[in-house]
Amino acid sequence: MISTPQAAVVTALVVVGSFFLLVGTVGLLRLPNVYNRLHATSKAATLGTASILLAATVYFGPEGAGLTSLVGIVFLFFTAPTGGHVISRAARKMGISFIEDVSWPGVTGDGAEGPAEDRPDD
Amino acid sequence: MATEAPAFLELALLGGLVLASLVTLLAGYRVIRGPTVPDRVVGLDTIGTNVVAIAALYALQTGQGLFVTVSLVLAIIGFISTIAVARFVTEGDIIE
Repeated sequence: MISTPQAAVVTALVVVGSFFLLVGTVGLLRLPNVYNRLHATSKAATLGTASILLAATVYFGPEGAGLTSLVGIVFLFFTAPTGGHVISRAARKMGISFIEDVSWPGVTGDGAEGPAEDRPDD
Repeated sequence: MATEAPAFLELALLGGLVLASLVTLLAGYRVIRGPTVPDRVVGLDTIGTNVVAIAALYALQTGQGLFVTVSLVLAIIGFISTIAVARFVTEGDIIE
């Protein structure tokens, strides 16, 4: 049903995806802060899931379920940065502080970015 | 059913399923013990992403493409719930 090179590619993609899922969860458990944990989950875990969906594309072929998993990869690459941005902005608005020697460039209030000299220093 | 698949593919799929499930359980630690509310939201978002991967792996293991659609719907629901919870935490309500 499935040829041997195709199965080898699927196996490699599944192994890579599982590795990145593991990396994302280790980062989620071990990193010290919400913002740092967002780095691990929104990049590594998304990359692992995208790799596994790409394995599904290789397995099922370019139509039907394989096309659906391609759409899933595109959707995941749109929504994961958006979700991470929304969570980090919510954490900033709640007043969760960074780790010690990290500071926002500019004012530490509404999360607006900009050079430090343009912002009132309060 | 994918009974014609080679043995190493079956082994990799089984190992991937076990590891993804284990990783999802470990992300539950951050949901339960997270010191702040955004930590819990991050943990739930990670669980959603991992469940998408589990659904795709299950589609590969059974050879049924239906579960890829399940994973796509789970991704959409996870995204909407993340946005809703993050908005609820800051604004106090979701739809005003």
